[in-house]
Amino acid sequence: MSKPQVWVFIEQRSGKAADVSFELLSKGRKLADSMGGILKSIVIGHNVKDIAVETFNYGVEESYLIDSPELFYYRTLPYSRILDDLIHKEVPRIVLFGATVIGRDLAPHVASSTKSGLTADCTDLKISDVTYLNKPFKNLLLQIRPAFGGNIIATIITPDVPVQMATVREGVMEMHRFDKPNEIKIKEIPFKPTKMDDVLKVIEQHREESKVNLKGAPIIVAGGYGLGSKANFNLLYELAKAIGGEVAGSRAAVDAGFITSERQVGQTGVTVRPKLYIAVGISGAIQHRAGMQESNKIIAINNDPEAPIFDISHYGIVGDAMDIIPKFIETYKHKLK
Amino acid sequence: MYNSIVLVKQVPDTANISGKVMKDDGTVNRAKLPAIFNQEDKIALEFALQVKDKFGGKVSAITMGPPRASDILRECLYMGADTVYCVTDRKFAGADTLATSYVLSEAIKKIGKFDIIFGGRQAIDGDTAQVGPQTAEKLGIPQITYAEEILELKDRKIKIKRKIDGGFEIVECELPVLITVLKGAAEPRPFSSKRLMAYKGAKSLSDLEKMAEGNSLLYVDNLVQEYKERNIFIETLTTDDIDVDPERCGVKGSPTKVHKVESVVLAGGKHESIEPTKDGISKLVDKLIEDRIF
Repeated sequence: MSKPQVWVFIEQRSGKAADVSFELLSKGRKLADSMGGILKSIVIGHNVKDIAVETFNYGVEESYLIDSPELFYYRTLPYSRILDDLIHKEVPRIVLFGATVIGRDLAPHVASSTKSGLTADCTDLKISDVTYLNKPFKNLLLQIRPAFGGNIIATIITPDVPVQMATVREGVMEMHRFDKPNEIKIKEIPFKPTKMDDVLKVIEQHREESKVNLKGAPIIVAGGYGLGSKANFNLLYELAKAIGGEVAGSRAAVDAGFITSERQVGQTGVTVRPKLYIAVGISGAIQHRAGMQESNKIIAINNDPEAPIFDISHYGIVGDAMDIIPKFIETYKHKLK
Repeated sequence: MYNSIVLVKQVPDTANISGKVMKDDGTVNRAKLPAIFNQEDKIALEFALQVKDKFGGKVSAITMGPPRASDILRECLYMGADTVYCVTDRKFAGADTLATSYVLSEAIKKIGKFDIIFGGRQAIDGDTAQVGPQTAEKLGIPQITYAEEILELKDRKIKIKRKIDGGFEIVECELPVLITVLKGAAEPRPFSSKRLMAYKGAKSLSDLEKMAEGNSLLYVDNLVQEYKERNIFIETLTTDDIDVDPERCGVKGSPTKVHKVESVVLAGGKHESIEPTKDGISKLVDKLIEDRIF
């Protein structure tokens, strides 16, 4: 029997690979190891051979490269058809996608055409033997994610279908680049365009390098709905400026319009691991915690002593943030400058 | 003239968990959560109504769910939908996104011709954003997800501004197409008071069945006919009405299975309490310096 395959769709935007794809390769390597399988990267785009080569630094054993000028821009139909054909031919056990705009557009389409199970926004993935409805299954992919507004953690399995698919947000899995790359083995697959591809055309694209780098910030000051207004967030910016951090927000704060979505920390935002995370007016729903609980030190400031955020904090201050933060800034400046 | 179909969903209001729905063990009593109209689907309906206002055509709204999901269909009527469909059957229960999109796509084939299908990007109960693309795949039509704005609709082509990671792009697509819209893309119009009066008595098949059960003088068939004539019947589609393979519906047709569920208990854990005073904060900053954070 041939070895089970773990595939990672390597996302690239204008020829630059997304971090999340390398994070997924690192996770994919572990999944492949724990089931005696092999890891493959699927690279689609134009002039993207370098990206395929780079994936061998992340434990890839073989890469499929589909390179054509017509694939420069991501479009659902040609990209999904390529994957669909490959999956039908090789039947990988697992296919992973980043839970990005592209991944969330592509993965469900491919899952539908291949009738595969797909779980969105997983916060953990594991391989395990499972007994489901009294039937034993070997080496199933456990797809773990908070569900139902974060009130439960669900483990999803897809026991009866050949291909198991999942999407994962950026930053959730840790990236591990090997010092010595695997032997490079790239299989180039010619692109066969169809008429249907051109029903949709990308006319123009505007992309700005994000100035916000939450993942790389050593200190994050995050605000929640409890701050009450966008104006009150200014205080967080002052604090962040004083102590050299970035400002972030919970989903509730983003939904309320207090802060932009690129600064959202949590299951459906960015996952961060700073040395200090200050959570202000954040109640601490599980989805938020999923994105920050591995921070080195956590300070919670909340006027509700029962707020669950205190459970994962190292230091807790019960009180009014509007009163506490100015004191914090003043003390910091006094002691360290 | 362009005809639209809008995919709508009734969802538990998971965003606003209050003390009233908490169980003693600190977990959420899901049955007690209020059911609401998924916000992004309302925006999708607004997009469809704007297309109708400008170019004419018909707007249909369709939902799959339990009979009480017809609540949101009534709201669709209040906003301006012409026809609404409730796809409901015990056999559809427990469906994941694959089984849901299968039934929805078959129901859409039954409803008839359309130019554009609109839907919200995702529903707040699962946040998967999968049903839109999977429905497009099953209907064999292109998809545009994360739409922010319709820039142009002309000669059976639509130009859309959509969000991408780190920016936006403009795409042009031939109709028919399925479009999912992002929150904030439009402000859903308020209910029209005239339509509210006209449709507040709109009933689905299961509503009428309940009425007939409670009154021996009423017969379901007669009621259905009467409500259809008065144009206040919420069309109901069951396995009898749509050509579906039962093996691909509901739990049976869903490859994803819930293996394990752990309730999140919001308790426990230890932290050091800091007084919200100048003195307390001074000590905290000292500790952070000691910890080499600062």
